[in-house]
Amino acid sequence: MKTKLFSYSQLDTFIHRLSGLTKLICFLLLTTTVMLTFDIRIILGVMVLSLILFRVAQIRFSQVKVMFVFVLIFILTNFVLTFIFSPTYGVEIYGTEHILFVITERYTVTLEQLFYQMTKFSKYLSVIPLGCIFFFTTNPSEFASSLNNIGLSYKACSALSLTLRYFPDVQGDYHTISLAQQARGVEMSTKASVMTRLKNMVRILVPLIFSTLDRVELITNAMELRGYGKHKKRTWFSYKPLGKNDWLSIGVCLAIFLFTMYMRFFVTKSLFYNPFI
Amino acid sequence: MKKPLFNTKTIVATGLGGALFMVLFMFVKVPSPVPETNLQIAYGISSFFAMLFGPIAGGLIAFIGHALSDFLSYGSPWWSWVFASGAAGAISGIAYLTAKKDIEQGEFDLVQFLIWNIVANAVAWIIVAPVLDIVIYAEPVSLVFTQGGIAFVMNAICSCVVGGLLCSIYAKTKTKEGSLTKK
Amino acid sequence: MEQPVISFKNFTFQYFSQAEPTLYDINLDIMPGEKILIVGPSGCGKSTLGHCLNGLIPFAYKGKITGSLTIKGKETKNESIFALSKNIGTVLQDSDGQFVGLNVGEDIAFALENDCIPLEEMRQRVNQVADMVDMKEFMGRSCQELSGGQKQRVSLGGVMVDDVDILLFDEPLANLDPATGKKAIELIDDIYRKTHKTCIIIEHRIEDVLHRDVDRIIVMDDGRILMDEPANEVLASNILIDHGIREPLYVTACKYAGITITPDMHAENIEKLNLLGNEEKLRSWYTKAAASPKEEAHDPLLEVKDLSFSYDGVVPVLKNVSFTVYEHEMLAIVGKNGAGKSTMSKIIVGFEKPDSGELILKDHNITDMSIKERGEVIGYVLQNPNQMICCTKIYDEVALVLRNQGLSEEEIRPRVEKALSICGLAPFIDWPVSALSYGQKKRVTIASILVLEPKIIILDEPTAGQDYHHYSEIMGFLRQLNQQGQTIIMITHDMHLMLEYTKRAIVLAGGHKIADTLASEVLINDEWIKEANLNKTSLYTLAHKAGIEDALGFIQTFIAWEEKTR
Repeated sequence: MKTKLFSYSQLDTFIHRLSGLTKLICFLLLTTTVMLTFDIRIILGVMVLSLILFRVAQIRFSQVKVMFVFVLIFILTNFVLTFIFSPTYGVEIYGTEHILFVITERYTVTLEQLFYQMTKFSKYLSVIPLGCIFFFTTNPSEFASSLNNIGLSYKACSALSLTLRYFPDVQGDYHTISLAQQARGVEMSTKASVMTRLKNMVRILVPLIFSTLDRVELITNAMELRGYGKHKKRTWFSYKPLGKNDWLSIGVCLAIFLFTMYMRFFVTKSLFYNPFI
Repeated sequence: MKKPLFNTKTIVATGLGGALFMVLFMFVKVPSPVPETNLQIAYGISSFFAMLFGPIAGGLIAFIGHALSDFLSYGSPWWSWVFASGAAGAISGIAYLTAKKDIEQGEFDLVQFLIWNIVANAVAWIIVAPVLDIVIYAEPVSLVFTQGGIAFVMNAICSCVVGGLLCSIYAKTKTKEGSLTKK
Repeated sequence: MEQPVISFKNFTFQYFSQAEPTLYDINLDIMPGEKILIVGPSGCGKSTLGHCLNGLIPFAYKGKITGSLTIKGKETKNESIFALSKNIGTVLQDSDGQFVGLNVGEDIAFALENDCIPLEEMRQRVNQVADMVDMKEFMGRSCQELSGGQKQRVSLGGVMVDDVDILLFDEPLANLDPATGKKAIELIDDIYRKTHKTCIIIEHRIEDVLHRDVDRIIVMDDGRILMDEPANEVLASNILIDHGIREPLYVTACKYAGITITPDMHAENIEKLNLLGNEEKLRSWYTKAAASPKEEAHDPLLEVKDLSFSYDGVVPVLKNVSFTVYEHEMLAIVGKNGAGKSTMSKIIVGFEKPDSGELILKDHNITDMSIKERGEVIGYVLQNPNQMICCTKIYDEVALVLRNQGLSEEEIRPRVEKALSICGLAPFIDWPVSALSYGQKKRVTIASILVLEPKIIILDEPTAGQDYHHYSEIMGFLRQLNQQGQTIIMITHDMHLMLEYTKRAIVLAGGHKIADTLASEVLINDEWIKEANLNKTSLYTLAHKAGIEDALGFIQTFIAWEEKTR
């Protein structure tokens, strides 16, 4: 059974050497940038940057192939659905209409619609490499401490850390319990009706949850016996202090973010970059 | 007695609940006829934990669990829906505060549970998720509200049926002894 | 005069949820630097006593305290659990639960993190401690990548990092295989000698703990201290066996041979044991009873042929394993953690598909049967009953599998009643599961499997974490079941269980079958013992001390005697 949660691998690249805190801040800055803009020039810029970083981090495409396919299906479905639900959304946004060809009267393909959907498409696509870089190069133990360092409550961070710690255990339990119940004839296939399936699901969940609640009691004791919750804060063993490269990286990402905001509010003066007027 | 909102036990329950939520969210999907939506058993888990440990636990379980599993399967979380999950978990946890019976004493307040779970799912999927979709991703209005409506129905069913069954089973295990006679 | 580090005075404790006190009028002084073993059957109050020491009582478990308990002169009622944790470090029985960090270094550092110790100092202290518990090379490993023994080392490191004065071990051997358990006791002793900390060990596996010396044994039952004496005195009395605690095997053997144990025989350790002229008694007992039991031949029931398996396609877990299970047999599969024994059982019950090889059940090839079909002929009982029970009523739990087959309630009822009465649960048929004890729940899970009348049932560690009384109860029940014709396979690393209850044992090591022979033979073969992380049974050493060459015959005498007197 898979025992490692993440495909985190200890390589020695520029990105691996950065502190987890830096990577978290950069990830959040860049994804927020992409989230807050519909300017395809910036989006493509970030995408190129993230692909370069992808290379620098020495992540191989084979590692993310499955994920990539998943995402592609998701985005393509969204692409099709957007067109079905709002074929003229692009025209509404950009205020012009350049008709390319007509399928039916409602479904008229316009350059504006295509541009809007392409922008959205690249917007979703560009954050994927960023997420991969973050997850493939950040030691999971640094994750929680980084969040605590950007100001999140240490209790919430401890909860997150416990989620990461016990995910493989719970996954193993789920696997075993589900098989043991299937051996007792609990039907999980699609043959059964939805209500039966939900009820059968509960048959697997009950032992899973009750053994988890037993564990909650035990871990609570174990943590309190080692002084958890004594102070209003805690330190983190896995915390990596920031170095020169860390500040530099944060600086670059912050600059991209500020530049985008500047473009948004002072140059294009709208959420959308409009090449049609 | 004042109920604790975030003591060590709640934190641990949140952590493990998050792991449970993640496992179910990632591996136990019952596809629905509508694309991009699934019958997510995991929402039954967050409702159950919210009833036992309160709104902070419920909200964090759904938020952490959803965000991490998105990270693992898609590379990056779909933030608007992650926030909606968190909101659903948190609001359903209000039942922990308003329940007139103590589930730890074996009495489960089904009415409060159902009310808050329906409110929670309505707020999360008909308001939070679509609005954030529009604000963050500029998705077409008609699309996001259709998706939100479907998600509301699906997730409300999961929260109420799965979460409700789990709560009532939990309450039964807390029944006081003494009424038992050997046959 | 030196002051006791721990002092109970007329101490009584009662949980709010219970009608009776769990601890009655405890008076006990423990001096600094003492090493103490606390023994007693389940429910005797020994764990509660531990909770009182480390502060879980009254901080996590509420109850009424009368009398006084002082640690280092301070009344514990007035201290916080955090202040107490600075004096007492607790190593819990479940090292998976205690391992809260994502990797070894982080977990050892946990107490320091909570104390807000700066990074530099933290690194330094964690390194020191990791060195002390010999885990330095594993600093970056996650919990899932460690063996049971390594996890326990980390737990110990995690409490030592606080520089506590007292170490409290709550059933440290519960989840360890015999050889690892022996190493754990050696590690505790080494740390004890190097650091002069006060050590308190709560455990019911006395023979294993006494592998290294302790200063005193405290025997508890029903919430009271019954005896507080050096080990040789305790073993010279009958107090252990009278209160459902298992004596060391060699002590039991001596008693069977009619030897009266006296303190000057030093029965606390087989190596130190001096038979003081009683050798002859053992020799005559051995010859007197040495008729070897006749085996009647049975037909093969399940044939495992050339089974190979790997989880990831790279690291093989099982390599060409073949063996036969005969009808009406009680068979043990033994080996250290990770030897492939759990995987073996999962393949037999159909949870995993083998990469190659076949399973033949009574001339039918069942290799490709679905989990559900397989479940009807081979039942699997998980180690932890809480992982199996999914209904609130006992009747429903046992009936579940029949209902899933679509049988009518009229057909189901008699079958459920039969299964429950076999398991001794007939009086509880309408009870909720939550009202049962752990052992009873275990029986419910067995009943829920038996109701299908499978050809074979497989049990994973049937007695893990049980004291002698419950252990005997469960195993007695399984033996009875076996005598009624049920074929049983047990996965275990409990050597006593294998020796006393199964005729035949299959030993797995590194994915290979290394032995398939009489259980008693396994435990005297040095090579197998080493490969499978077992320990040589103390009966072997006893036979030597008595000048008996035929150790195997001596052991079989013992087993035959046990069976007769049970």
